[in-house]
Amino acid sequence: MEHLLKVENINVYYGAIHAIKDVSFHVDAGEVVTLIGANGAGKSTTLQTISGLLRSRSGGIEFNGESIGRLPPHRIVERGLAQVPEGRRIFLQMSVQENLEMGAFTRRGGVSEEELERVFEQFPRLKERRRQIAGTLSGGEQQMLAIGRALMSRPQLLMLDEPSMGLAPILVEQIFEIIGKLHRSGTTILLVEQNAQMALSVADRAYVMETGRIGLSGTGRELAESDLVKKAYLGG
Amino acid sequence: MEFLSYLIIGVSLGSVYAIIALGYTMVYGIAKMLNFAHGDVIMVGGYISLLSMTSLGLPWWAGVLLAILVCTVLGVVIEGLAYKPLRASPSLAVLITAIGVSYFLQNAAQLLWGASPMSYTPIVSGSLPVGGLSISYISLVTIVMCVVIMTALTLFTEKTRMGKAMRACSEDKGAAQLMGINVNRTISLTFAIGSALAAIAGVLLCSFNTSLMPTTGSMPGIKAFTAAVFGGIGSIPGALLGGVLLGIIESLAKAYISTQLANSIVFAVLIVTLLVRPAGLLGKYVPEKV
Repeated sequence: MEHLLKVENINVYYGAIHAIKDVSFHVDAGEVVTLIGANGAGKSTTLQTISGLLRSRSGGIEFNGESIGRLPPHRIVERGLAQVPEGRRIFLQMSVQENLEMGAFTRRGGVSEEELERVFEQFPRLKERRRQIAGTLSGGEQQMLAIGRALMSRPQLLMLDEPSMGLAPILVEQIFEIIGKLHRSGTTILLVEQNAQMALSVADRAYVMETGRIGLSGTGRELAESDLVKKAYLGG
Repeated sequence: MEFLSYLIIGVSLGSVYAIIALGYTMVYGIAKMLNFAHGDVIMVGGYISLLSMTSLGLPWWAGVLLAILVCTVLGVVIEGLAYKPLRASPSLAVLITAIGVSYFLQNAAQLLWGASPMSYTPIVSGSLPVGGLSISYISLVTIVMCVVIMTALTLFTEKTRMGKAMRACSEDKGAAQLMGINVNRTISLTFAIGSALAAIAGVLLCSFNTSLMPTTGSMPGIKAFTAAVFGGIGSIPGALLGGVLLGIIESLAKAYISTQLANSIVFAVLIVTLLVRPAGLLGKYVPEKV
């Protein structure tokens, strides 16, 4: 079977700094795959390269069998790949509903009420606050809005960049519950996390990144039980 | 009575500033750059409308439409050739380039149309007697134009898909790209709208001044930029408020204090305002949650 997303030997540079070194991995339809690793390992850089915000100097990225490595970001979104960026990056001065409308920007017909309702079902809080300016939401609500916004494009692959960052433990639990629910409803997810324990608990497969390379890989359970990962990322 | 007529002159002059300020503020809001060549696009608009009336013998409205068309294309071309390649460069490089484009336009105009002032026939003449006052038709046209443009732009940015995309770009270009918004195209569209407004402002300004030369746009350009900062750069209502207030201050200062000092007073007001309200009168400050 063909992989939904195939990343092959990409190399990304920030000026002279070689940030991503020959990284290869894949995501199959229906899977939750996670990239874990320490701060600065290159996880976010990898996601941004897939989204087209950064460019790989060599190697290739294929989505649905089509090469997307040279496409501008807006063309990549059109092909069904949505990213929830690190730090949420919702539009703080726009209303909740407008944020969701922006998420559906690639669908030219405009946004129907059913469309919004589909997201509000997952995130009832957002429905209560649909006319509110997004900057007034709490951190957890903003993260939900960021995820809801990305879902508005009806992506085939949802990429989440550190969704638990900066949230209180109870909200982290909630976000991971949502990820689990999305997974069960058939959404394919690529998850980048520093919270390795939580990430491995929801992931089918995982890759460990270290200083720009992929070291270990395996199923979520294998890695959660691996001594190396335990020692480095799970605190014992 | 005298005061009232100075006030009306101030409001209509301010309306021209407001229309120019909109161009500055929209481009700043989205491209985060000061397009110092904006004032000179006004001058180009003035020349195109004048020459299409005098040399081509077109009716005034056709001259205005042609000016809008030429300025829109000019704005998009300037952005594409001069600013777009510098998107990733430090903002100082873009600023210097904008100043360069400004001088280029002024000198190109001098080469094409000569350095000496040409006389400009206002698109409308005459005035309307109201009580003991007489309000010139061009003042009325200007104020009405300003209100129409302001309303149209507000509706555009609040209600339409592209308008909302513009607001998204002005907040966070990276996130906007992740929504599938073509940021380059959105910036081009912003320049197109700003430059079309500059053409309209050019026609109105020249109709007030009844003369035109290659440097005509530079002082009103700087004042409109001041108006944009005064009102809160990046804000559309701020451009209106800043423009109109600036026009009134200038008109009253000329009438009651000194014609020579009028400009100094205008800029002094800006400095004092910014000391008290660094974001301008309507400048937005949204705290970010971390």
